[in-house]
Amino acid sequence: MRKTTNQKAWWLVTPVLLLVAFNAFIPLMTVVNYAFQETFGNNQFFWEGTTWFEKVLRSERFHDALGRQMLFTSMILVIEVPLGIAVALSMPRKGPWVSVCLVLMALPLLIPWNVVGAMWNIFALPDIGLLGYSLNSMGFDYNFTRQPVSAWMTTVVMDVWHWTSLVVLLCYAGLCSIPDAYYQAAHIDGASPWAVFRYIQLPKMKRVLTIAILLRFMDSFMIYTEPFVLTGGGPGNTTTFLSIDLVKIALGQFDLGPAAAMSLIYFLVVLLICWVFYTVMMRNEEQ
Amino acid sequence: MAIELRNVSLRIGAETHIYETNLSLQPGQFNILLGTTLSGKTSLMRLMAGLEKPTSGELWMNGEAVTGIPVQKRSVAMVYQAFINYPSFSVYDNIASPLKVAGLPKDEIDARVQQFADLLQLTPMLHRLPDELSGGQQQRTALARALVKGADLVLLDEPLANLDYKLREELRDELPKMFADSGATVVYATSEPLEALMLGGYTATLNEGRVVQFGETSSIYRQPDSLEAARVFSDPPINTATIEKRGNSAYLNDSVSWTVPAQLASMPDGRYSIGLRPHHLLPDGEGVKVGGEVQIAEISGSESIMRVNIEGNNWVSEAHGIHSFEFGEHRSFFFDSKRCLYFDSNDKLVETQV
Repeated sequence: MRKTTNQKAWWLVTPVLLLVAFNAFIPLMTVVNYAFQETFGNNQFFWEGTTWFEKVLRSERFHDALGRQMLFTSMILVIEVPLGIAVALSMPRKGPWVSVCLVLMALPLLIPWNVVGAMWNIFALPDIGLLGYSLNSMGFDYNFTRQPVSAWMTTVVMDVWHWTSLVVLLCYAGLCSIPDAYYQAAHIDGASPWAVFRYIQLPKMKRVLTIAILLRFMDSFMIYTEPFVLTGGGPGNTTTFLSIDLVKIALGQFDLGPAAAMSLIYFLVVLLICWVFYTVMMRNEEQ
Repeated sequence: MAIELRNVSLRIGAETHIYETNLSLQPGQFNILLGTTLSGKTSLMRLMAGLEKPTSGELWMNGEAVTGIPVQKRSVAMVYQAFINYPSFSVYDNIASPLKVAGLPKDEIDARVQQFADLLQLTPMLHRLPDELSGGQQQRTALARALVKGADLVLLDEPLANLDYKLREELRDELPKMFADSGATVVYATSEPLEALMLGGYTATLNEGRVVQFGETSSIYRQPDSLEAARVFSDPPINTATIEKRGNSAYLNDSVSWTVPAQLASMPDGRYSIGLRPHHLLPDGEGVKVGGEVQIAEISGSESIMRVNIEGNNWVSEAHGIHSFEFGEHRSFFFDSKRCLYFDSNDKLVETQV
């Protein structure tokens, strides 16, 4: 039998190709373009090779920002994941309070980033803010615009307030999908509440938890708006996370080459960590 | 182990799940709870296990009242319709889990796990996780967990309902053998009359939260003591009709009549109900002849099932072989009048010798 060849079918793929091109490929290539060249305006470019990458990777400023970013993301994950699981476990599984709890949990997620930043900025002001004023009147020396520790605490607490709900909602969905019979079976076996959590709830939540951790990692690793509005990266550079630093280099100093190289390194770091984490978590499932 | 429910009832809120029930299970035997969905099978099992506290009444085990004793202190094991195993444990650890909780020495655990893995043909997959098993193997693992515990009371809540047809048949054959040596009293819930018949043992027919009848499976199938019990224990549904008894004849209508057994003949004239199982109403043969209009005809494997309107009653005929019928066709059907069950005006069985 003769096969008919019809190249016209390629046209059907065009919309997707165009979409991907405009959506991802062209913007990314612009960055790549700047990362390997030097420009002095007039649309004149000079080849620089890997100069910018070497410069960024050797710069202490980048190391510090990356270190701060790692520390911040680790703190966020260490607090938000266990807290999220704990809150999800203590939420009612049925009854009229379910919807109340869900709405309360969803509220912080609905507030725009810059509003959260502004809210916490005012809330934490040492002279007029409710939080700042109360802490100071209780005898704590708290001032997030001047002390690095206060600034860090405020940023972390703000993020926990804003995003723990996401972990809670995902875990809650995971918990609700466990059939009642599992709990009954464990009950008949005489399993302790800890054993029920460790051997039934946690394994059954594994997939949603993986997603939750990935989302929280990516989001917190790329955090920009909230600390920018709250502390502006200060005091000094103590809360200047990677993306804040990147914007400073790209738009503040207009060093497009190093900024582009830094963007690519930034992107690769996020990609690498996500890939390693996901592969490790899913290793058992693929066997 | 002897288990007895004394005046046990269960109400949750305004809803009554189990009406006052007295039931004494056959120790060391298969006790089947037969009823449709929502008839109270699972509630009754939860009461027996101690997962639910009865609203009234008492539960006795081996001559002791155990109503208030928590479930983990009773010698109970349960297997569910869904395949319930610890997701992060291997098959071995799953089977071993009740023994570990009981604090048995390691080599004894090992020996018992091996023994029951052999019995349930799980030995080649002892190191696998439940997710890596087929449905049948997952349910075998759950069964092994229940067996290894050596519990006096084993509750099986429709354990085969989620399995495909072939596996279900296979496991159904094996189940009574598995438990034969354990000495455990087994309670098995099912909604399928055929399954109850195949498993044998003793059956309690349930309807709307009441135990309708309890006894040896085959005898309560043959002699349901009420119309209700006959209805629960028949699939397709039992054919019923009202007859007029005059002297020693039963009249379905003016043109269809037959001679009734001596026991019924000696009872007062009047209206009685009859029950006739679908496989006793045949499209050919001898006996009482009735005419009917075919409404639905379907073929299930080697059986033909016809729904027919006979003298104003919707009846079902189930016959061997393939019979082809046209919709709306008028046909004759036959039944042996000796196969009829007679019920009085209170729907109680009139005992007749078959």
